[in-house]
Amino acid sequence: MKRLSACLVLALLAFTAPVAHAVQPDEVMANPAQEARARSLSRELRCMVCQNQSIDDSEAPLARDIRLLVRERIAAGDTDQQVLDFLVARYGEFVLLKPRFEPSTLPLWLLTPLLLIGGGIALWGYNRRRAKVVPADESRLSADEEARLAKLTGVEPASGERL
Amino acid sequence: MIAEAGHYALVLALGLALIQSTVPILGARLHDAALMNVARSTALAQLLFVGASFAALVTLHVISDFSVVNVFENSHSLKPMIYKITGVWGNHEGSMLLWVTILALFGGLVAAFGNNLPLSLRAHVLAVQAWIATAFYLFILLTSNPFLRIANPPIEGRDLNPVLQDIGLAVHPPMLYLGYVGFSISFSFAVAALLEGRIDAAWARWVRPWTLVAWIFLTLGIAMGSYWAYYELGWGGWWFWDPVENASLMPWLAGTALLHSAVVMEKRNALKVWTILLAILTFSLSLLGTFLVRSGVLTSVHAFATDPTRGVFILLILCIFIGGSLTLYIWRASALKQGGLFAPISREGALVLNNLFLTTACATVFVGTLYPLALEVLTGEKISVGAPFFNLTFAPLFVPLMIAVPFGPMLAWKRGDLLGASQRLVAAGIGALIAVAVLWAWTWGGSAFAPLAIGLAVFVILGALCDLAERISLFRAPLPVSFRRARGLPRASWGTVFAHAGIGVALIGIVCETTWNSEHIASMKPGDVAQVGGYSLTFDGTAQRQRSNFREQIARFTVRKDGQSIAVMTPSKRNFTTRGSSTTEAALLRRGVSQLYISLGDAKPDGTIAVRMYYKPMVLLIWFGPVLMAFGGMLSLSDRRLRVGAPKPAKAGRALQPAE
Repeated sequence: MKRLSACLVLALLAFTAPVAHAVQPDEVMANPAQEARARSLSRELRCMVCQNQSIDDSEAPLARDIRLLVRERIAAGDTDQQVLDFLVARYGEFVLLKPRFEPSTLPLWLLTPLLLIGGGIALWGYNRRRAKVVPADESRLSADEEARLAKLTGVEPASGERL
Repeated sequence: MIAEAGHYALVLALGLALIQSTVPILGARLHDAALMNVARSTALAQLLFVGASFAALVTLHVISDFSVVNVFENSHSLKPMIYKITGVWGNHEGSMLLWVTILALFGGLVAAFGNNLPLSLRAHVLAVQAWIATAFYLFILLTSNPFLRIANPPIEGRDLNPVLQDIGLAVHPPMLYLGYVGFSISFSFAVAALLEGRIDAAWARWVRPWTLVAWIFLTLGIAMGSYWAYYELGWGGWWFWDPVENASLMPWLAGTALLHSAVVMEKRNALKVWTILLAILTFSLSLLGTFLVRSGVLTSVHAFATDPTRGVFILLILCIFIGGSLTLYIWRASALKQGGLFAPISREGALVLNNLFLTTACATVFVGTLYPLALEVLTGEKISVGAPFFNLTFAPLFVPLMIAVPFGPMLAWKRGDLLGASQRLVAAGIGALIAVAVLWAWTWGGSAFAPLAIGLAVFVILGALCDLAERISLFRAPLPVSFRRARGLPRASWGTVFAHAGIGVALIGIVCETTWNSEHIASMKPGDVAQVGGYSLTFDGTAQRQRSNFREQIARFTVRKDGQSIAVMTPSKRNFTTRGSSTTEAALLRRGVSQLYISLGDAKPDGTIAVRMYYKPMVLLIWFGPVLMAFGGMLSLSDRRLRVGAPKPAKAGRALQPAE
């Protein structure tokens, strides 16, 4: 699990730096609204030396650098999108934990809806095909059966019930 | 001596597996009962020899025999006994040995308790099991031998990775493997059915308990892993959409779908071809998980193996088994007769819908996990797919699925009455709306999404209870009658109620934790007070302690609520001398199903220490949910003990079907 990837980081850092935590007290921004923005942006950014960890979770020094950079940009008045663009320009698409919607990521984004819709249509078609092959309504009695039933019970079926 | 004996036992197991993979099939072709029965003896003997091999490795770890590479690299003479044992599977070679041991265990169980199976089906099933076993014995013997010796034995070992020195390692990997490998039985049954070209409702009745066993273990294994990560990693996260986690989630999703489609097959003899495919896919995903974790392709510590020969070998196994079984499927599936018809609105229809959503969810996880790898291999472009992607694509699939969950058991087989089902769920719907309204009013101005999500969870839970009330005619019949009906209700129905309610319970935990989690990060000096989630935490100071293989710095916090001191929490940091690394041990304080969570950061010379404190409301429900689900699974399994357990004569085993 994730703890193991953290462990990799720990192992790498063991001789260079003491164990650090993700977001350090000294990083926290004074303005709570800006800090909240920084935190939610941090969750969308990858710590590039870690295994699938966001910079919000990571203890690596690089993650701390990017966290500080994010806060710097926010303090400078950038919008969220501008911060992300800035980081992509600097570190590449790899930094985004949620890839952008682009030609190269089309299959990634479209598989789920296509599969759901395709599966739904396939099931619908399958059901129709099956329904055609088999007599439409099995639950009703055939005219023959109605007649036999009527004979056995001695009751005339109501005219509406007849097929 | 012990190492060589263990190695030799494994080679003998390979020999037995080779016999088991061929002779029974030959027997089935020649209609020779004696040859077919060979499978039974070899499966049991295999279990014996692999068990002996595994016991040998455990013994080597327990006696700290550092002349064995595996023990030297992963153990230490001062390590507590429990971690000496669990350390056996805390490394690549040992965990592969555990994998084959569990495979042999399942094979042995089928051999021992499969007396009521038709002879040729059992022969085929065990032969397919032996194919898998052969592949993995070869893998271990050729690339990952745990019994290798060192020419000049060192006097001390390198110790186990400190993060793994936890009770979690004793439980999580074996559980997960019991789940992963358990699905091999469904796979073998599916391939056997394709080989024989014959499949009927009885087949589903034999497959279902095995699938259920695997599913129960996988559910508990995943939940356990999640809780382990939660308390050990120190930042309070419990699911990270890490590829390694996804590798276990995929078989779980496919296995859950399989469990449901097998019900349709058992009761209505429909969906045969689909069930077979799901059985193949589920185990294929287990193999894929093994590949992802074991090959090093993810380059995380979980993927301990960095040697590419191992990766290529497992990839080969993967291709042969998945490719082979799917080819066989395409070739033979059309020969299987289609069964039972049903209207779109029916129990079967609901289960098909369940399958559609679960397989789509599974495909989403699949593409999210493998797409970055594929893209990098094909174009060299590097992208990341992480939690934000999965939250956006995976979570919405569960909304319609969860709305549909309560309706499923309310619909009749073959042709259901949606209006009638809705009427019976009115109480659940009203309960859910009340929950939404109350939460909305209570958290006015907060997240609009959370109350709706909790409303959905309440609907699922109440829906499960409505189903139960309906079945025992609660409030419509006198109480003693209801009570009698409740006692007479098949355990499988009880299982459904618990398992479905479990999903709702887990959802409540997930929503509450993500929405109302409060966090406080601070540098604290002794005497400082922090406020988190209505509790005040006073930092009293730190102390040092020496343990057998690590040194520990313990911080002491006094927890107060409304001025009353209620508890002391002691988070700590451990320094492991042998590996020169450290771990954080979070302190947890349970309040109802909520938790206070403290973990320590860096300490400065002046006595201040970085501290992260959380109040996580309802967080324990995240894991209670899966436990409830697994409990439901166990109830359902106990319903079918006549078929799983052997003591009954074969005829009785087959004839006694609980009415449902």
